[in-house]
Amino acid sequence: MKVIDTVAGRHSGSRADSGLLEALHGLQAEHGYVPRQEAMALSRRLSVPLARIFEVLTFYSYFRLEEPGRITLSVCDGTSCHLQEGPVLLNALQELLGIKPGEATADGAYQLNVVRCLGCCSCSPVLMVDDKVYSHVEPTDLPRIMKKHPPIVNKESNDDAHSTA
Amino acid sequence: MIDLTVNGFDVQVPDGSTILEAALAAEIKIPTLCKHPDLPPTGACGICVVKVEGYPDLVRACSTPVQQGMKVETHDPEIVSVRRTLLEMILSTHPNECLTCGRHGACELQELAKDFGIREEKMPSIRRELPRDDSTGCITLDPRKCIKCGRCLEMCQQQQDVWALSFMERGLDTRIAPAGDITLAESPCVHCGQCSAHCPVGAILEYDQTEAVWDALRDPSRHCVAQIAPSVRVSLGEAFGYESGANLAGQLYHALRRMGFDTVFDTNFGADVTIMEEASELAERIRSAPEKLPLITTCCPSWVDFMEKFHADMIEHFSTCKSPHAILGTLTKTYYAEKEGIDPESIFMVSVMPCTAKKYEITREKSMYASGEQDVDISLTTREITRMIRQTGIALENLNCLELPDSPLGEYSGAGVIFGVSGGVMESALRSTHFFLTGEDPPELEFQPLRGLEGIKEMTVDLGGHNLRVAVAHGLGHVEKVLERVRVAKEKGDPMPYDFIEVMACPGGCIGGGGQSWNVCNTVRNQRAAGLIKEDRVQDVRTSYASPWIQKLYKDFLGAPLSPKAKELLHTSYRSRPEYLR
Repeated sequence: MKVIDTVAGRHSGSRADSGLLEALHGLQAEHGYVPRQEAMALSRRLSVPLARIFEVLTFYSYFRLEEPGRITLSVCDGTSCHLQEGPVLLNALQELLGIKPGEATADGAYQLNVVRCLGCCSCSPVLMVDDKVYSHVEPTDLPRIMKKHPPIVNKESNDDAHSTA
Repeated sequence: MIDLTVNGFDVQVPDGSTILEAALAAEIKIPTLCKHPDLPPTGACGICVVKVEGYPDLVRACSTPVQQGMKVETHDPEIVSVRRTLLEMILSTHPNECLTCGRHGACELQELAKDFGIREEKMPSIRRELPRDDSTGCITLDPRKCIKCGRCLEMCQQQQDVWALSFMERGLDTRIAPAGDITLAESPCVHCGQCSAHCPVGAILEYDQTEAVWDALRDPSRHCVAQIAPSVRVSLGEAFGYESGANLAGQLYHALRRMGFDTVFDTNFGADVTIMEEASELAERIRSAPEKLPLITTCCPSWVDFMEKFHADMIEHFSTCKSPHAILGTLTKTYYAEKEGIDPESIFMVSVMPCTAKKYEITREKSMYASGEQDVDISLTTREITRMIRQTGIALENLNCLELPDSPLGEYSGAGVIFGVSGGVMESALRSTHFFLTGEDPPELEFQPLRGLEGIKEMTVDLGGHNLRVAVAHGLGHVEKVLERVRVAKEKGDPMPYDFIEVMACPGGCIGGGGQSWNVCNTVRNQRAAGLIKEDRVQDVRTSYASPWIQKLYKDFLGAPLSPKAKELLHTSYRSRPEYLR
């Protein structure tokens, strides 16, 4: 709510809707995605129909509508990685995790993303796990890499971590 | 005026005209798909591209204004070829399932594919699987068939100010949907159906309930009763080759009886009852509760839904009177059932309406079950009854018949007829309110300033010494302005700007309803309206209170308007509802 208040305070009256993008960026920074309830609160605060807000949210691929997984796996599909069988790597990861790009695993542990160019084309194909980059990754390397990034236990639940790879 | 040439012909058109309009002035029809006469151009489809001398590229005729001396070429072989390619691209995204589509035979895309002689799919298919949404029980949304013309969005967002529909995602992934992954029933949709009336293809249709009606008609234990709304009679004929506005009431009574309905009533009678109750409410407020003015009409279920979602602060101003077809439903299962000794449980009541929202209305509150049963079992649109008439094998095209509706809920006054057009409820109510206030017949029956297609119509009417300021709004986008004036006056403690307000959700009122025959535009709306106004003028009785059938109903059954019995059977209540269910 704080983000909405700050933005709404700066854009008032008939120009209130001009703060929309800024507020959405703020919400995503705060939550990692834009929760529906927050979008609704924003709609009321800026007098922008929720339908319009979702048009904006789904127009830009930057915005997320669901909570991302706690560990982010980014497979590069830039030109170089694409030619060096990046798509094969992506397929293998999809099978391993049982999710599609842009989705999180059901337990919220992993997030799978496709990105374009991580700036290390000579190492293609490249997989980035959170901020760690792995070079020349082949599908057979995946179990080893995943072991290095075990699921982070959700702080609310106190049970032991279970290994995936 | 601007002078230009189109295909070598000299044309003179008003400043601000588009190339499309200039071509029409020269009797040249440029093909269009996304452009609708009611709506500003979106330029989405590109089918209307033309060449203009001196311009480097083709331009869209729908959205390009004419200029002095412009030389336009509309149909050379290159342009035709570009149009064909565009059409093939659209078809590559559109399911090829015309035979099982609700728009088959009346589809604007199909018409173009026919004209262009498309015989094969040349482009690789990029059709998407998306779920169909029947959640409202009023409208069927099939986003797979959407061609992204944007007409429904213009209606839903800009014209109706509802904002239930939006374009989600972008590029090839663009799809129509409510905000986020929710159903229409969970969205602010008020079921007006204007999206379906403006969709060029079968992406948005009325929710078809004809099978349920056939089932009831086949069931010998059901006593099937039909009623027809005022505006259906002047729109139905369009599907059978009649001019817009041709009054087919007689043919429709005949068709319904041939279909198997045991009894055929007319909603116009229900409209007369509505007026008795609503005009009494108005007279009562004028006399003893002026602080509860303005009174706002509630015959339109879409408007009621809109008010409950967006303007619940106005509930105290709402007439509690039910809509004409709801009243007729109640009276059929009480008054008529009693009179004829029919078990109300066996009665199956079907309303034939210009409206998709009536499908929602018939279960919206417990007052819709005032008879002890669901008062109206099914509400059909004009488009559904058109299909049922064709299935019945009635050649409506050349059927001359003067059949009449059944008693005792069939005979009506002229006031009941004009309910179907914007301003009509107001006119009818003013006629009777004059009588209720003064005990005398009104000197004037027609109120010209309240007629026509202007979005907001206002006038001051002298009802026997009471100066009544009235407003008529149609098209939900116009309602906001009227209500805002009331709201501001309330906040400031100023005198109210109006005493009586009529609202219809659809542009033009029910004659432009979301369930009416396809291809509506203002010309058609005016013709349909003229058909109803003409029928009012030829009626011997033109006021509800003077109708002998209404007098009999009150004498035999209801007592007086606003009597406890009338309140129990003919009135409803309202409550604030959330815009979004999630």
